[in-house]
Amino acid sequence: MRRSISFTLNGKPVQLTVDDERMLLWVLRYDLGLTGTKFGCGAALCGSCTVIVNDEAVQACVTAVKEIAGKRVLTIEGLSREGHLHPIQEAFLNHEAFQCGYCTPGMIVQAYALLLKKAHPTREEIIRHLDNNLCRCGSHTRIVDAILEAAGSTKGVA
Amino acid sequence: MLRDDANEAVAIAADLKTGISRRGFLQMAGAGLFIFFVTDPTAAFQEPTRLPAPTSYPTDFNAYLRIGGDGRVTCFVGKVEMGQGSKTALAQLLTDELDVSFDSVDMVMGDTELCPWDMGTFGSLSVRQFGPVLRGAVAEARAVLLQMAAEYLQLPSVEQLRVKDGLVMYVQDEHKSVSYAKLVEGKRIERHLQKVPLKPVSAFTVIGKSPRRKDALEKVTGKARYAADMTPPGTLHARIIRPPAHGATRKEVDTTAAEKVPGVRVIRDGEMIAVLHEQPDIAEQARALIRARFEPPRPSADDRTIFDHLLKAAPPLQVVNEKGALAEGEKLATRVVEETYRNSYVAHAPMETHSAVAVIEGGKLRVWASTQTPFSIRPQLAQAVGFAPENVRVIAPYIGGGFGGKSASQQAVEAARLAKITGRAVQVVWDRAEEFFYDTFRPAAVVKIRSGLNDAGKLVFWDYQVYGGGPREAQPFYDIPHQRTQSAGDWNGNPPGLHPFAVGPWRAPSVNTNTFARESHIDTLASKLGRDPLEFRLSHLSDPRMRRVLLAASEHFGWKPASGPSGRGVGLACAIYSGTYVATAAEVAVNKSTGTVEVKRVVSAQDQGVTVNPDGSRQQMEGSITMGLGYALAEEVRFKDGAVLDRNFDTYQIPRFSWLPRIETILIENPETPASGCGEPPITTTGAVMANAIFDATGARLLQLPMTPERLKAALPPG
Repeated sequence: MRRSISFTLNGKPVQLTVDDERMLLWVLRYDLGLTGTKFGCGAALCGSCTVIVNDEAVQACVTAVKEIAGKRVLTIEGLSREGHLHPIQEAFLNHEAFQCGYCTPGMIVQAYALLLKKAHPTREEIIRHLDNNLCRCGSHTRIVDAILEAAGSTKGVA
Repeated sequence: MLRDDANEAVAIAADLKTGISRRGFLQMAGAGLFIFFVTDPTAAFQEPTRLPAPTSYPTDFNAYLRIGGDGRVTCFVGKVEMGQGSKTALAQLLTDELDVSFDSVDMVMGDTELCPWDMGTFGSLSVRQFGPVLRGAVAEARAVLLQMAAEYLQLPSVEQLRVKDGLVMYVQDEHKSVSYAKLVEGKRIERHLQKVPLKPVSAFTVIGKSPRRKDALEKVTGKARYAADMTPPGTLHARIIRPPAHGATRKEVDTTAAEKVPGVRVIRDGEMIAVLHEQPDIAEQARALIRARFEPPRPSADDRTIFDHLLKAAPPLQVVNEKGALAEGEKLATRVVEETYRNSYVAHAPMETHSAVAVIEGGKLRVWASTQTPFSIRPQLAQAVGFAPENVRVIAPYIGGGFGGKSASQQAVEAARLAKITGRAVQVVWDRAEEFFYDTFRPAAVVKIRSGLNDAGKLVFWDYQVYGGGPREAQPFYDIPHQRTQSAGDWNGNPPGLHPFAVGPWRAPSVNTNTFARESHIDTLASKLGRDPLEFRLSHLSDPRMRRVLLAASEHFGWKPASGPSGRGVGLACAIYSGTYVATAAEVAVNKSTGTVEVKRVVSAQDQGVTVNPDGSRQQMEGSITMGLGYALAEEVRFKDGAVLDRNFDTYQIPRFSWLPRIETILIENPETPASGCGEPPITTTGAVMANAIFDATGARLLQLPMTPERLKAALPPG
């Protein structure tokens, strides 16, 4: 159904008139121009389109816009504040925890969701939390190390 | 064809080093003998050099670099950045050869209008083959700049000049100095120099270090742009009707329902039926409304019968290499060991699917495409829209993983055709099922090895036949007096029809197949003789580089001699790829009741000659090991009668965080040897090292990849 939907996107209010059955991924990328969130599988199987809705990681490719009405949405573009990288982004830089970079926004956002819930996760908890985020280049060990470092350096990530 | 291109690149690299027959190359490329410096890089962007469809690296160094009035150096290369880190490594090469600061270098890559011709990004060649070309060009530029500096400073020669961070200084009096930026400002110079030597390894400052990747900041902030992130005004998103199976023929199509969706355009162009809309998801919904009936193809092979098919359909074996005489070897042998090895088709499965955006403006076609070969696809695109190739510009932005799978670029042609027809910018992004369907898989293959040992436990003959997988690195590097290596059918799909669908380069083409077979077989021989697999290998190896990587990997691993199966779950494998030597040791734990394998630890040692970027090299090694676990343990494309049954990551399992072993990488110091490839070598060893570790753990010798739980359980010895 086409209707007006309001939500908060990266801290700013957004109002859209849109078919509310459409998936958030396409609205983010092509209606709102936030292309950091990536398409990978279209079926919540790869994690490339992970975003945060009210502090929970969701896959934007299977999340209808109507599900986010009135909620807070955070994407990779909203992580750095006032020109400063988020500690998770800093840690990804320090560990060069990416190669092609295509899965990276989803990885960072997924890690953000984990650290919201648990500020100091163990290596095993990180692995379990990220297991549905796929990376084909094989940066996995560096990603885990980066998240461990970020968790050590942050006092509350939000 | 790839091989010819590679040879040509080597020849050109050599030419740039020696200066021999430079005039010939210039005539061939049609370039004038002039140097054109511009102060404003954006001005340069608007007037690119017009060359008639070059097929070799230009010799004019201006094609590779521009120095701006602000001192920033822009480096133009036709390679693409798909994660392998060449944006950083090539910038390091330029930095050291020119004596500028690494941070002052901006890279422009994979743009056919701005960058010098390149054959494509594959085969771990960016540093190994293109590196010397770039360094040669930059070294000449530096020498010219020094001459200009000497004239500017009114010095008799360049002898007393040194350069730091782009500032040329007189060594007797460093206040006498001039910057590159000042020298080139507003000047048009016609000057070239011959026989400019490259810097020796001892003069490197950034090469051999690991500065922050040039793509780092963009990639952690979501600002890095991939082809699907390009949306020129008015872009239409296209979804194309696909057959259910390769070889299926379309009979009837009803597009009525799709055409009723507001804003949808349905385009028929030859065989292609496309649905376009300003929103990709609405185009997708409209495509789903199209009713198309296809006639299935004739029954053909499936993923179980494929191996028999390959043996039957393969062309006659060709001898790749022969030494001694097999008949002589047979006479010397007291023990003959024969085995057959198989591997399935595997998909590239990059996280970014094939994507392209095409737009026609002012009679020119511009295409952003996720492609490893921007220059090679240009003629194809030109033909598709009926333009001259020089009116086609291909730009490869960041590529979300290639691994060989983005060499063919059908999606770019589709976008270009639709842009021509609609007069709008058109974006084509394959969905995951299309990505699997049109992938050029790593070919399925069969390898037969017949080998003989004498009483002293020495290999006396080796008769090796590979079907369908290609002969690269199939010839053993072990000391075997009588040997023959034969191959039938190449990894790139030749002869046509051998494989039931497109196959092509998959990270280290052909070498994963051949290394799995050879290194599994060597392990089998060691076990039959009751010997330690490391000691058995070393007793047949005189190549010092191979001995060195094997010893480095096994020492770091803490290898303790024993004959397999020892129950410990440890294994070894080694290989040569792209001039690089690699040895890998691994430890696994096998659950015999479920057949699952837990990979505990992998140690790889690599000798790649000079290391340009140690951390970048380690990233490639880690990536190779991780990706290799997929084809070793799980990845296998299921298919039947031309239909690809794996369509997404639910059934096609690629390595995940929970699979990960501890990974340790060792880079052998070998600065006297030129840099060889580092993007692929360890992946060649993962199949065999897993097979050998599983055998050591259980006594089960797996002869077919992937080593799934079912296959592992079936291979377990009784009891």
